[in-house]
Amino acid sequence: MRRTCLNAIHDLARRDERVVFIGSDLGAGVLDEMKQEMPERFFMEGICEQNIIGMAAGLALEGYIPYVNTIASFLTRRCYEQLAVDLCLHNLPVRLIGNGGGMVYAPLGPTHMAIEDLAIMRALPNMTVIAPTDADEMRRLMTKTVDWPGPIYIRLAKGGDPIVSRKADGFEIGKSILLREQGEILIIATGVMVQRALAAAELLDKDHIGCRVLNMHTLKPLDVEGVVHHATGTRLVITIEEHSAIGGLGSAVTDALVGNLNQPLPEILRLALPDKFSDQYGSQDSLLTHLGLGVENICHTIKEAITPAAA
Amino acid sequence: MNTAATSFKFIDDYSITPLDKRSIYLRCLVIEAIIKAGRGHLGPAMSLIEIIRVLYDDILNIRPTQPDWPDRDRFILSKGHGCLALYALLADKGFFPASELGRFCAPDSILGGHPELGKVPGVEASTGALGHGLSVGVGMALAAKLKNKPYRVFVTLGDGEINEGAVWEAAMTAAKYRLGNLIAVIDYNKMQSYDSTFNVLNLEPLVDKWSSFGFSTMEVDGHNVIELRKTFTSLPLNENRPSVIICHTVKGKGIPAAENNPAWHHKNKLTREEINMINQALAIEEKQAVID
Repeated sequence: MRRTCLNAIHDLARRDERVVFIGSDLGAGVLDEMKQEMPERFFMEGICEQNIIGMAAGLALEGYIPYVNTIASFLTRRCYEQLAVDLCLHNLPVRLIGNGGGMVYAPLGPTHMAIEDLAIMRALPNMTVIAPTDADEMRRLMTKTVDWPGPIYIRLAKGGDPIVSRKADGFEIGKSILLREQGEILIIATGVMVQRALAAAELLDKDHIGCRVLNMHTLKPLDVEGVVHHATGTRLVITIEEHSAIGGLGSAVTDALVGNLNQPLPEILRLALPDKFSDQYGSQDSLLTHLGLGVENICHTIKEAITPAAA
Repeated sequence: MNTAATSFKFIDDYSITPLDKRSIYLRCLVIEAIIKAGRGHLGPAMSLIEIIRVLYDDILNIRPTQPDWPDRDRFILSKGHGCLALYALLADKGFFPASELGRFCAPDSILGGHPELGKVPGVEASTGALGHGLSVGVGMALAAKLKNKPYRVFVTLGDGEINEGAVWEAAMTAAKYRLGNLIAVIDYNKMQSYDSTFNVLNLEPLVDKWSSFGFSTMEVDGHNVIELRKTFTSLPLNENRPSVIICHTVKGKGIPAAENNPAWHHKNKLTREEINMINQALAIEEKQAVID
C-alpha cells in the first residue's frame, strides 16, 4: 500500500507540476526515480515534523500541493499544533501520508503505534481523514487527492494486505462502499479491518448469521447518509477499527446514528482497541488478536452479542 | 541568576532613541485600538512599530490595493500577538479602512487579537501560536525559487518566540536551501511575558546562534528609523544565505510606564488613570518628536 501510494505521488507529479513530495528522513531509496526525474520537487528533510508541516503550508500558500510522508505517530502527534494552525486554519491542500497506522509497528512499541491518529485528526476542523483498505483502493484514492480542497490525512497500513476492494465500486472521498450485501447485521469497518470484517462475515455465514459489510474508508467527512441508509431497519450495527475506542470509527458512526436516524437506535457494538498503551510487542496480527480484533475474536463477539442472555 | 552576555548594548540605550512624529502617530493608532477594545498586547506592539513601519514605508514591494499581487514581497508577523503594530501600518497604507482599528476584537471585526489570513487584507499567514512563521516563510521562499519569482519573504519573530525549537528546525532548513530571499527579523526587546529573556531562557549569544545556523547576521537599533532603513536596504546580506536582522528594541517603547515592564505585555483592562497616563506620555513624546 505504501509503495502504491508513493508511486502514485510520482505519477501525479508527472501530470501536475503543483505536486511536490516532502519526506522526513525516510528510508534510503524512497522515491529515487522521482528524485532523479524532478529533483526540484522532491524534498527529503530532517527529523523535524513541525518545520515540515509549516514548510508544506508555505508551499501550499504559493499554489503547490505538497504530499508529506513520515511515520503516522510522528506525523499526527509531534506537530499537532502545526497541523491545526498552519494547515487546517488556512485550509490548505496538503496531503499527509502516515506510515504504519494502527499497530503496524507493534514490535517497536507504543512510541511508534498510531492508535489515536484518526481521533485527533478528526477533531481538527477542515481535515479530511481516510484509511484505505488495500493497495488498489489506495491507487483509486490518490487520483482523487489532487484537487480535493483542504488538508487530507491518509493512514497507511502495513502493505501486502489482501485485496478486497473492487474496481467497479470506484472511489469517492466521503462515500462508503457496501462490499457485502446480504444479512440483517451491519458491519462497518475501516482500513485493513475491512478484510477482517469480510472474513468474519464469511465464517458467520456458515452459522447462518448474515452480515453486510460497509467499507467506511473515509472517517471524515463521514458518509452520514450511507450510515443511516444501511442502518435503517438493522437491529445490530457493529463497527470495527484498528484504533482506540475513543474518537474513531465507532464514535463517528454512533454520532451519525444518534443525530440522524429516524427510528429507535439499533444496538451498536463498537470493536476497537482499549484506551491504553500496548503492553505487548509481537506483530500487528498477534497484538490485534490479543486485543480482540482477530477474525475469530470478532466472530465470537458478534455471536455473543446476538445470543439472548440466559434467563 | 542573571547570565546575560555583554555583546549588545544595554536595554536603556534603546529606550532613549527619540521617536519622530510618524512613529508617535502610529503609536496613537495602536493606543486608540487598545482603549476602544479595552485590551491588547501593548508592549509587544510598541517594540515593533519602527521595524514594521520601515518595512512597509520603504522596503516591501507591495500594492495595498492588490494584496494578492503575485510578485509582492511576503511579510509574516510570526509573533502574532504584536498584531496591533501591523494593523496600524496596514490601515495607514490603505489595505483596509482605518476605522476598523476602532473595532479591534469586536465580534464581527476583521481584526482579532492575532492576525488571520483571509480576514485581514495584507496578512499572509495566520499566526498567534508561536514558532510557526519561519517554517511557513521557508515554504514561501522555496516556492519563489521554484517558480523563479523575485519576491522576498520577511518573517518577524519575537525573542521569547525563538524559545520554540521549531524555529531552529526552520533555520536549519533555510540554510540548507540557501534561501537568500528569506529574511528573519528578530524583535529583541529582551522581555518576554513573565520576565526578561535572560531570566526566563537566555538566548545569548544570539548573533552567534543564528550565524552558526547558517544565517548572515546584522544587528540594528530597532527604534532608529534611519538605521533600520539602511540595514533593510542592504539586503540580502548574502545572496546564498538567509539573513537575520536582530533588532534591539524596548518592550512598550514610547510609554514610560510600560517600557521593559512585563505587566504591560498584555492588558485586558485599562483604568482611566492608565489611559490618561498613556495619552500624556504620547503628548510629551510628540512635543519632543524629532523630524524624520
